[in-house]
Amino acid sequence: MNLQTSIPAPRHADAKERLVVIGNGMAGCRAVEEILALEPDRWAITIFGAEPRVNYNRIMLSPVLAGEKSFDEIVINTAQWYADNGITLVSGDPVVHIDRAAQQVVSRGGRIESYDRLLIATGSDPFVIPVPGKDLPGVVTFRDLDDVETMLAAAETSSRAVVIGGGLLGLEAAHGLSLRGMAVTVVHLMPTLMERQLDEAAGYLLKSELEGRGMTILTGADTAEIIEQDGRVGGVRLKDGTEIPADLVVMAVGIRPNTALAKASGLEVERGIIVDDDMVTSDPAILAVGECVQHRGACYGLVAPIWEMCRALAAGLAASPRGYEGSVTSTKLKVSGVDVFSAGDFSGGEGCEDIVLRDAARGIYKRVVVKDDRIVGAVLYGDTQDGNWYFDLLRQQQDVSDVREALIFGQAFAAGGALADPNAAVAALSDDAEICGCNGVSKGKVVACITGGAASLDAVRAGCKASASCGSCTDLVERLLALTLGDGVEESAKTICGCTSFGHDDVRRAIVERGFRSIPEVMQELHWSTPDGCSKCRPALNYYLLCALPGEYVDDQKSRFVNERMHANIQKDGTYSVVPRMWGGITNPRELRAIADVVEKYDARMVKVTGGQRLDIFGIRKEDLPAVWADLNAAGMVSGHAYGKSLRTVKTCVGSEWCRFGTQDSTGLGVKLEQMSWGSWMPHKFKMAVSGCPRNCAEATIKDFGVVCVDSGYELHIGGNGGIKVRATDLLIRVATEEEALEHCAAFVQLYREDAWYLERTAPWLERKGLDWIKAQLYDDPGAVKALAARFYYSQQFMQDDPWAQRAAGDRADLHSHVGRITAGPPADGLLKAMEPAE
Amino acid sequence: MSADWVSVCAVGAIEPGMAGTVPVEGAEEIAIFQTIGGAFYALVNKCPHKGGPLSQGIVHGDSVSCPLHNWRISLQSGEALGEDKGCTPTIPLKVEDGMIWLDRAAIMARAEA
Repeated sequence: MNLQTSIPAPRHADAKERLVVIGNGMAGCRAVEEILALEPDRWAITIFGAEPRVNYNRIMLSPVLAGEKSFDEIVINTAQWYADNGITLVSGDPVVHIDRAAQQVVSRGGRIESYDRLLIATGSDPFVIPVPGKDLPGVVTFRDLDDVETMLAAAETSSRAVVIGGGLLGLEAAHGLSLRGMAVTVVHLMPTLMERQLDEAAGYLLKSELEGRGMTILTGADTAEIIEQDGRVGGVRLKDGTEIPADLVVMAVGIRPNTALAKASGLEVERGIIVDDDMVTSDPAILAVGECVQHRGACYGLVAPIWEMCRALAAGLAASPRGYEGSVTSTKLKVSGVDVFSAGDFSGGEGCEDIVLRDAARGIYKRVVVKDDRIVGAVLYGDTQDGNWYFDLLRQQQDVSDVREALIFGQAFAAGGALADPNAAVAALSDDAEICGCNGVSKGKVVACITGGAASLDAVRAGCKASASCGSCTDLVERLLALTLGDGVEESAKTICGCTSFGHDDVRRAIVERGFRSIPEVMQELHWSTPDGCSKCRPALNYYLLCALPGEYVDDQKSRFVNERMHANIQKDGTYSVVPRMWGGITNPRELRAIADVVEKYDARMVKVTGGQRLDIFGIRKEDLPAVWADLNAAGMVSGHAYGKSLRTVKTCVGSEWCRFGTQDSTGLGVKLEQMSWGSWMPHKFKMAVSGCPRNCAEATIKDFGVVCVDSGYELHIGGNGGIKVRATDLLIRVATEEEALEHCAAFVQLYREDAWYLERTAPWLERKGLDWIKAQLYDDPGAVKALAARFYYSQQFMQDDPWAQRAAGDRADLHSHVGRITAGPPADGLLKAMEPAE
Repeated sequence: MSADWVSVCAVGAIEPGMAGTVPVEGAEEIAIFQTIGGAFYALVNKCPHKGGPLSQGIVHGDSVSCPLHNWRISLQSGEALGEDKGCTPTIPLKVEDGMIWLDRAAIMARAEA
């Protein structure tokens, strides 16, 4: 359907005013349609288009790529339309100059048209990331039909495609290419897909779905260059060094308003061409519409706002202005079988309340953000049928307080009369009504369980399994408890935090039994009530996953407390203290010199001997930490983990080597214990000590694990604490050899790692579970100690990689540098200016 | 070339759920946050309680928990949430052309403060 030449139009009567439109796209043509609808005979219209074809529906390019539609099906205005309306179409010959004084435009082919009013609808250009290789053959954008044709040709002859950009456009391109038989890898800079439209939870679901369809999705992936092979594209190299072979690279990282022509003609342009509410630019004879404009500070890349702009523009031209007031936008992903909807603002904010519904069994996530009784945003995944309803409520700013309780269940439910009193709705359910979908438990069974003696949520979960799997019916079960027992409902065990109805044990069990692999997955499957948790549950989930999946789970830095993220201890002035490891509390001149040098070189304000027999260097700035660590590493020292929920120190006395009372080599055993267990993450900090005789100079009986050497061997003690509430240890067992002492220690540590709640020290854990329970876990089954120890050793092979050395080598340099710097300018201008971050 | 805004860094310099710091000559350091939901905020990098560096806290929803004593600060208003009382100054911020821009006047005000 290529039209290389212009369509001749009938001669206009001289009385007609001349309207010239630059841009034969969706905005330009829709504006003309709106103008013709209001004033069919006023204008003689000429449209210039850069593409050599009639106007088509650009947002339907994705279905064309996917093979779901043909080009003819997406044509909006046929050649006949231009003819019928007396419009002169100049296609394939773009305007290159606007002469505002003479009110004329000049095309590349030298055609000159005079205008009374000029309409600029130049749309937007795809943004091409400035990396080496961006101009190689085989690198395309996804903007017009030519791009689609290039991609389709590539899909016929080659097999591997990389799409750079995991936004709306990128994913639609990836989907299309995948349907055309290519192996597609999506490279996305941000950690979650479509981060501008979706939150983390929905992004996670989308990623899982697309991966299930065979695509490879790389998030947090920054493209370094496009690799050349035989004069064309051969692959993509990421900044982390990963190389992905590819025959086709699609850049779909975003669009930029095309303002070049407007800017060159001196119109006011910022990000887009500045227009008022009637879409008039800074020149009253020139209007602009579509993706190229900036209206009240906003630029739009979606079609719905453009329709609204076109109506306002036509009304303004016809001297009956209605005024465009900006748009709230909604998005749907055009990937068949994936239902994703988002609208408005869901980044949260003061006074915003999230209503979240997760149905793991059906793969559904719905989140509606309400502020001042009005919907301000919505994200729907899996079930988007209420998207338009939410969007209507949002746009009309309707007060939703009446339907708030039922809002998240959708229009059908909210309108069903149950809205006034959810308790009444639950009471009205029949006994056969299913309460728990996961375990198939009816209302009758739940009520029978409650009347049979279950007076708490936990008791119901244990008794009839309702709400025991995904927890999405917790609210219903709680209402049934209240309806059946009134004030007789008993509190259940503590939940992790307000984000979930589950306790620590439930979550840990679910992670292991159901094989969860990421924080968003846990939150989705266990129906978290907040979109991304809180500062209580995030670190806990991160630890539970780390413990359950040694060597596989990738630590989530944003779920780490500052000290574990920075590998040092934050002090009240924001500087850090640094404690290098000294195995068993033993040091030597080389280490001491290195520490002394660090203190002087980085101007540390204090060095202190700690209670755990270490040296603590105070007052190090976050920027200096990697250099400090490099210096300490050079003297053979590694991280002391004084900052972590992890093994802290093994304190020792000098034992049989020096002490006249010593019965065993307590320092030697202390060093071995520390070398075995350093670097392991735990529910809380963990301290050990080894005393060479019952005089107990190393204070082993107030440690999490303490060894007291005796003539016949080693007494192993557990659960001591010297903190706020002092607790002396309980004796676990006596063993004869060092090897046994080490193995029992490993087994005990692993039991603590696998069972205790996050932020629960061994002392309260032991009191909660009982010494007998712990002994039973270790000694009832003769293989248990070996099995637990083996799991600990396995996990340790991934943990004993000095985090200081990684940082000293440049890992996560962003955590130790500033993103920018603002300095006072020279006194002459007195202005502030930003500078590049310092090296 | 807007005189009212200072561009500080590229959007990609700050991961969702994390914060970047911007020292200001002659004034307090500014922390720029990106929430996990993708919203950007700028605040003076100081908790209203004991001055803890908020940039180092855990970001959740649109709040940050101070690393020193776990006060929860709204990223949007700078107000302490829950039972705690206090407020950290916020700096108007905009995202444009892939860059993060801070309000010049607000920075100047902090510089004079």
